[in-house]
Amino acid sequence: MDGTLRVRIWKGGADGALRTFEVPHRANQTVLDVVTWVQRNRDPALAYRFACRVGMCGSCAMTVNGVPRWTCRTHVSRVVRGDALTIEPLRNLPVIKDLACDMTPFFEKWQAAHGRFVPTAGRTDPPVRMAPDSPHRRAVDAGIECINCAVCHAACDVVAWNPDYLGPAALNRAWTLHNDIRDGARAARLRAVAGDGGCTNCHSHQACMQVCPKALNPTAAIAGLKRAVAGAVLRGRL
Amino acid sequence: MRAAHLFLAQRISAIILAPLVLVHLGLIVYAMRGGLSAAEILARTQGSALWAAFYGLFVVAAAVHAAIGVRTMIAESFGWRGRMLDGLTLAVGLGLFGLGARAVAAVVL
Ligand code: SF4
Ligand code: SF4
Ligand code: FES
Repeated sequence: MDGTLRVRIWKGGADGALRTFEVPHRANQTVLDVVTWVQRNRDPALAYRFACRVGMCGSCAMTVNGVPRWTCRTHVSRVVRGDALTIEPLRNLPVIKDLACDMTPFFEKWQAAHGRFVPTAGRTDPPVRMAPDSPHRRAVDAGIECINCAVCHAACDVVAWNPDYLGPAALNRAWTLHNDIRDGARAARLRAVAGDGGCTNCHSHQACMQVCPKALNPTAAIAGLKRAVAGAVLRGRL
Repeated sequence: MRAAHLFLAQRISAIILAPLVLVHLGLIVYAMRGGLSAAEILARTQGSALWAAFYGLFVVAAAVHAAIGVRTMIAESFGWRGRMLDGLTLAVGLGLFGLGARAVAAVVL
């Protein structure tokens, strides 16, 4: 397993360039380990993000050899080409510096898609009964494990073509809330995701699903939203 | 919601077009293989309410479907929005409807 990796890392802002580093190759090394090694041993000013290192926080996503990935759980041995690794910031988001992107547009889209729970009960009310095998609960389960890593957002061509498109992560979130029987703002949310930047822009080409590190299927969630929107239009509710 | 209405129109026109296109292709094969002359074809279509309805619906569905499809492609490829995009959609739709309606009129009237 020992040897040397030739690692090209993006340096600078949008007009930056790739810089090459030689990094020792170790067994079970992750891409995040490589970036951290470079920052500690070669380039202390290298900017990048991580927090949990165990695939929970969603902050470590980067483009690795052209594909967006969570770097803390991507083993070098799985993605290296020969001895070459190219590590760049995520696509479809403004670059702040090096490997750190500005996540603001991503989270603004969550807000625009009404990606927050609106409770209908207070703390004195009894808990809502929800059968674990009911269709609504299952639909929520299928999409709830999102860690907001923006990997799908970076992979989506429609996000690249149409800056107003809400994108797979925000729409996946909207779909889980649409199926949450406790939520009190489903009509307004459906209106929000039916608009110009909404779910009807999705081409269903499943790039989001292919790259999602949590194995979620935003394409299916968006298809659900499209059905809900079409139904609402036919019933005169939109 | 305009995006939602366009989406639904696109889907409904596709559902209508799918069987019509298949029948249309079948007809072409039948007419060519059967060696029907132009006069023989016209004899069957002229004054026929059935063929007028069939191709009339075909033309309307195709005009709606193609106009919305072109709209999406232009918006995504060139970033067109707003009035320009609406004007283009309308022009493509009306243009296709005009061409199609003329062709239908020529064979059924
Ligand atoms: S399926 Fe839809 S959301 Fe997913 S990558 Fe394609 S266009 Fe984007
Ligand atoms: S849907 Fe998957 S890829 Fe997209 S933000 Fe959530 S966890 Fe990341
Ligand atoms: S560092 Fe938290 S998911 Fe990678």
